[in-house]
Amino acid sequence: MIEVKNVSKKYGNKTVVEPVSVNVAKGKITSFIGPNGAGKSTLLSMMSRLITKDSGEVLIDGVELGKSKSSDLAKKISILKQSNHLNVRLSVRDLVAFGRFPYSQGRLNKEDWVFVDEAIRYMELDDMQDKFLDQLSGGQKQRAFIAMTLAQDTEYILLDEPLNNLDMKHSVQIMKVLRRLVDELGKTIVIVIHDINFASCYSDHIVALKNGRIVKEGPTDAMIDTNVLREVYDMDIPVQTIGDHKICVYFA
Amino acid sequence: MKKRYLWLALIVLSVTSVFVGVKNITPLDLFSLTEDQQHILLVSRLPRLISIIIAGVSMSIIGLIMQQLTRNKFVSPTTAGTMDSARLGILVAMLLFTSASPLEKMLVAFVFALAGTFVFMRILDKVKYKDAIFIPLVGLMFGSIIGSVTTFFAYKHDLIQNISSWLQGDFSMVLKGRYEMLYISIPLVIIAYLYANRFTIAGMGEEFSTNLGLKYKQVVNIGLILVAAVTSVVLLTIGSIPFLGLIIPNIVTIYMGDNLKKVLPHTALLGAVFVLACDILGRVIIYPYEIPIGLTVGVIGSGIFVYLLMRRRAFA
Repeated sequence: MIEVKNVSKKYGNKTVVEPVSVNVAKGKITSFIGPNGAGKSTLLSMMSRLITKDSGEVLIDGVELGKSKSSDLAKKISILKQSNHLNVRLSVRDLVAFGRFPYSQGRLNKEDWVFVDEAIRYMELDDMQDKFLDQLSGGQKQRAFIAMTLAQDTEYILLDEPLNNLDMKHSVQIMKVLRRLVDELGKTIVIVIHDINFASCYSDHIVALKNGRIVKEGPTDAMIDTNVLREVYDMDIPVQTIGDHKICVYFA
Repeated sequence: MKKRYLWLALIVLSVTSVFVGVKNITPLDLFSLTEDQQHILLVSRLPRLISIIIAGVSMSIIGLIMQQLTRNKFVSPTTAGTMDSARLGILVAMLLFTSASPLEKMLVAFVFALAGTFVFMRILDKVKYKDAIFIPLVGLMFGSIIGSVTTFFAYKHDLIQNISSWLQGDFSMVLKGRYEMLYISIPLVIIAYLYANRFTIAGMGEEFSTNLGLKYKQVVNIGLILVAAVTSVVLLTIGSIPFLGLIIPNIVTIYMGDNLKKVLPHTALLGAVFVLACDILGRVIIYPYEIPIGLTVGVIGSGIFVYLLMRRRAFA
């Protein structure tokens, strides 16, 4: 479990995240939703030690983030941000292999390569594993980075807007993979996501942020609700049930 | 570009290099060397060959590291103020300690080169507009400012001639007893190889590195120390060899990508082959006189550099 206790962040005079507390349950997909500038990404970065927090604590399985060595944390929690996607000319296989760095420091043994192969197979990248990242489409690239995270073999996987710039087909593909990671491999996933319908269809738990505060959190079913969404987005969003899914109609 | 062709080229050119010179020595003479010939081989030809290889290998590799760490293909000791800072360091060493030994000069040059490179990295952090061409332009300007400071003080103290001898790389001054400092580069190159994976990860950015548990700042600093050390050693023994750290890594990474561990051996070999070829060219073109290596590499290198610029523009 990840326990966030009174964590806050300021940039100069501007408070980006007010002291917030939230728990992330194991074996679930938790979505952070909210309008732009709500502090979702900042919170995610603080939970994964990418940026320092001004106050509070983050406990991962009961141990404070700052008390663990960064190299040990890399075996427990991984984070993927959009800014990772630079134009570096690495082959897909090389990138995925870097996911084993926390274990091998770059000298991969047989076992490490098994993880690499499995991650590539799981993300269906076999055909393109020797291609350079800059030869891939956005969706393929995203899958390659997720495969690296898989090779990293962490219990917790944090993803900052994994669907950014992806078309519908690829978005669905990525979300299905995340669902499988939780259902089949028992991973714990936290995502920052803008499309509330994806959050509605695929996540177990939703945390809604606004102006650096948590407005409301709860199981997906309770959160996808016109009254809750009005509080979060200042919009009247009708919710319709289509099949098994609650769909928010926010276009008009 | 297969590795074995590079090895082959390296061997052929190395042999050629040993037997090119004013004093005629042929491979057949090896079996019946006169004392004179033996002397020339041991004091001049072989040291020259060794220094060419070490300089070519180490300058290319640190160029590669710099490009990886700054995430910019056009950054190198020549285009980031490292060379110019090292040269200022040499001047300071000459002014403050008049009888500075080469090693002392090297140390002062190293400190200056390191400081200069750090300043450049800070500028890089501050620059919002991270255009591929803009960054090296900033570096060149920064280098020129330091260069003008050097010239100013050199002029005041009548040291212009001394300083300009470090402007242009020249292997003809390499003699036994005067180039051995270059050997310092060998352990540095080995460290670079051991850190190759870390440099690649660091090149993906601080957040990416942190995610993998890599100490980003530490790795970048080690990289910059290697860069500054190699630059000052080569600058003091050979002089500046412009563009070398720029074109060699670029040629190799175009074909092989950015995984340092894979690219490093090729970069090292191509660097040695390129400098050897340029050196031999410079020695035969106006035989029995010589064109300094700084000039041949500069002319050929800047040509390739312009080509790379155009090519990258076309792909951008």
